[in-house]
Amino acid sequence: MNAPEADIQQAIDDPRLQLAIYTATGRLIDHRANVVSAEALPHYQDLRSEAHAIKKHTIENLDYYLEQLESNVIAHGGKVVYCRTGQEAADFVLDLAKKRGVHMLVKSKSMTSEEIHFNERLEEHQLEAVETDLGEYILQLAHQRPYHIVAPALHLTRYDVADVFTKELGVENEVVIEKQTKIARNVLRRKFLDAGIGVSGANFLIADSGAIVVVENEGNARLSTSVPKIHIAIAGIEKAIPRAQDLAVFLNLLGRSATGQPLTVYTSFLSGPRRENEIDGPDEFYLLLLDNGRTKLLADPVKRQSLYCIRCGACLNHCPVYRKIGGHNYPWVYSGPIGAIITPQFHGVTSDTWLPFASSLCGACAEVCPVKIEIPKVLLKLREEVTEARRKSDSDGLERFAFQLFAWIATHPKIYLLLASLGSIFFPLTPKIGPLKKWASQRTLPEPAKQSFHQWWAARRPKS
Amino acid sequence: MNTRVSLFVTCIVDQVFPQVGIAITEVLERLGYQVHFPKAQTCCGQPAFNSGYSDEARKIARHFLEVFRDSETIIVPSGSCTSMIVHHFADLFEHEPKLLAEAHALEPRVWEFSRFLLEVAQVEDVGARFDGVVTYHDSCHALRELHIHSGPRKLLAKVRGLTFAEMGAAEECCGFGGTFSIKFPEVSGAMARTKIDSIQKTGASTVVSIDSSCLMQLQGVIDRAGLPIRTMHLAEVLASQ
Repeated sequence: MNAPEADIQQAIDDPRLQLAIYTATGRLIDHRANVVSAEALPHYQDLRSEAHAIKKHTIENLDYYLEQLESNVIAHGGKVVYCRTGQEAADFVLDLAKKRGVHMLVKSKSMTSEEIHFNERLEEHQLEAVETDLGEYILQLAHQRPYHIVAPALHLTRYDVADVFTKELGVENEVVIEKQTKIARNVLRRKFLDAGIGVSGANFLIADSGAIVVVENEGNARLSTSVPKIHIAIAGIEKAIPRAQDLAVFLNLLGRSATGQPLTVYTSFLSGPRRENEIDGPDEFYLLLLDNGRTKLLADPVKRQSLYCIRCGACLNHCPVYRKIGGHNYPWVYSGPIGAIITPQFHGVTSDTWLPFASSLCGACAEVCPVKIEIPKVLLKLREEVTEARRKSDSDGLERFAFQLFAWIATHPKIYLLLASLGSIFFPLTPKIGPLKKWASQRTLPEPAKQSFHQWWAARRPKS
Repeated sequence: MNTRVSLFVTCIVDQVFPQVGIAITEVLERLGYQVHFPKAQTCCGQPAFNSGYSDEARKIARHFLEVFRDSETIIVPSGSCTSMIVHHFADLFEHEPKLLAEAHALEPRVWEFSRFLLEVAQVEDVGARFDGVVTYHDSCHALRELHIHSGPRKLLAKVRGLTFAEMGAAEECCGFGGTFSIKFPEVSGAMARTKIDSIQKTGASTVVSIDSSCLMQLQGVIDRAGLPIRTMHLAEVLASQ
């Protein structure tokens, strides 16, 4: 798939959209900076190193921890279902809904379910799935996919939301955010009570206790997981962590990196269905462990870091490319730098994979990543794979030739000097075509130097 | 004190901004260093490496190792090229033990220009004079791979006649990114314009950096917009008298 150049240009040229993106990401950047500062969290860098080490250890021993997790979930009365694909996960839910006579389910925010087009798959079979996170609910009404992994409706202003509510809910145009929230709440409260199944994601799966951890700010995840009779959690296999005490590291980092909160408003620990002596909770609990391509990432030590991600979204907020092109120009539900490294790995690198090249390699993403994923390093690795795919499919055009020629010139100093003296390395005699034309589309070309440094040096110090 | 230093000017300074190499030579000689310029030098290989052509980058890196084999101290007027040499040569020679050892032996000998002044020459005041309001752009690889942040600002602070004005988001990328600038020109250009907005807000007439590639990008967009701002490499400011 080639880069959607026209759509990218449109996003850049849309001042209202740019303002929405810059305002929202700017606020997230500032909030994060306040809570990870040396004063606010003196051991922040140590926590990052520790988080990286825990994730590395877990991913390298994933088979062990998944088995441990499974046996502990079962011990709590829950069931674990391994799903190789999104289709398998959807089929399981459809089948269960049919058996239990469920026609509607509520969902809390889950990028993993977005990844597998969960709602669409259920709706094909007349099983209604209602998003209950406010941002996700707005997007569901607007028939859009998330713009950002943490703030899904980041690109919409309250005026946009007012229009969506009027069109889809038939309410009067309401632009006051608190009142908009009330409108959504009135609709959703009924849905929580009527739903036969609640579906959630999971931020962490604790292997040694069998609990799943869900963090959120709106309380909708707690309702989704405790009001309906059945709770189904869908989580990628990489969400496992070894011990409950590891949360001391991850919970300290997740909220801070995502929204600048020391902790999110709600942190729910869910350990299976309601026991006999408990007053609330679901009757049945299922944990759907999703692969959907994740095991493909395990082989390579550099690339497998991509599985350490805790989906905080900090890399998106700090990415100058994301802030220009916005979330919807990324080909998959995961946008920004993390999307740029996982999309090609999940979907396969081909000769027209463009995402790894859509980066200035500035490294702002890696600098703020709470689990220290070396995103630029993974991008470079993927760039190499793309050029290799192009070589194999004979589709690299002049680029490979240009770099081969450049390498040849750069390893033959006499040729380099000769060409340089002709001014032909950076200023070919040809007019503005190819790379020069692309350069000149945005910028004035620099004046060619009258003499190179080599020439200046030679003139200054005649050969002795 | 060993006063002999080798200069690696980088391909972009050699071809497009020779005045930066000349300025470095002047500053170093003024400080009493004997500057050596290995004539067989060309490029560090970064354009190929960052574009996914490791084989080509490896050839160029090997050439670099040969050219600078006998240089004890190598001074580079670029954070990006310095980082390529001290961090990514090792990636390129991961499977070639002999060259890997050579790359590792090279690493402590390679100095980005401003860091050399502060840490080896141990000078903050090089005796420069430059009249005007100046702001500083943190180039990404210098900032995030070499952790160079306060050094260039310290050197600028000692320049007579110079008024320093810090810009907002000084650490945000200028949008150059090597081949990114021609593969995604519209994104790259938009990033530069955001950067230039920050520069303009300071009221500075000169923006300084330690990477000529960032400055080429910024000057190109500044000139296209017809703005009265000029870009200068730190070395040029420090050579001014």
